[in-house]
Amino acid sequence: MNLAEGVQIVSFGILAVMMLGAALGVVLLNQIVYSAFLLGGVFMSISGLYILLNADFVAAAQILIYVGAVNVLILFAIMLVNKKEEFKPVRNRWIRQGATALVCVGLLALLSTMVLATPWAVDTTTVNASSTIIQIGKHFFSDFLLPFELASVLLLMAMVGAIILARRDFIPERKATTTEVETALTLPERPRELSGS
Amino acid sequence: MELQLEYFLLLGAALFCIGIYGLVTSRNAVRVLMSVELLLNAVNLNLMGFSNFLDPVEIKGQVFTVFVITVAAAEAAVGLAIILAIYRNRDTIDMEQFNLLKW
Repeated sequence: MNLAEGVQIVSFGILAVMMLGAALGVVLLNQIVYSAFLLGGVFMSISGLYILLNADFVAAAQILIYVGAVNVLILFAIMLVNKKEEFKPVRNRWIRQGATALVCVGLLALLSTMVLATPWAVDTTTVNASSTIIQIGKHFFSDFLLPFELASVLLLMAMVGAIILARRDFIPERKATTTEVETALTLPERPRELSGS
Repeated sequence: MELQLEYFLLLGAALFCIGIYGLVTSRNAVRVLMSVELLLNAVNLNLMGFSNFLDPVEIKGQVFTVFVITVAAAEAAVGLAIILAIYRNRDTIDMEQFNLLKW
């Protein structure tokens, strides 16, 4: 990264404030649609932080996958379950929220002291920052080849699983015929018959 | 004064805590999924910070981040499908009423 240090510090501060504010908005706002759009803001701020960390490819992937796919998917889900419902109030809810806030602040304090107390072995060798995509590609096709292929299998399984889970099938009520008695042990939800048979 | 590793780690820790808070306290099921995404992004931020500051030659942290992004995308798809199915069955997305297996 060949920006001046002051520029880096200032942009880090702006991105950090944007990210934390948007994340708090995601968690605390009442309207779920605002939360979804603020989640996009969180993702874009994190992408900017990745650019500050000399990772151009991962920043682009973050924008493409998170803002372009995950956030749009969440918006679709919000539109599909678009139901105004007043949640029934639960007794002693503030106790739960207070306890959770306490635990979270404690966890933050613990992590902060750990981060600040550990002597990190920072590597100060300077490399040319323009070759991250070449490095990542070399890793993908040499020592991370098996996880890379497994990731493709995982994506395929997730796609098939999501389609099966979200599909809505109405099975019509019919009288049992002889063919149905024969196929009684098969699954009731099955793909449509091929047109020729 | 230049960017330190600690800044990014502290930022990741703060984002993680916000995500935990949202995961536990929110009642809308979609918001729970959003909190999970926040958690995964906090982890990604940590990985990228370590990759840049401790291992700038072999950037294995960035490779890990790409894998985490892949798994997060799959998780979001399956999770939202589960929420749709549960919404059709129970006609609500309130986390307090998903108590079929409770007690």
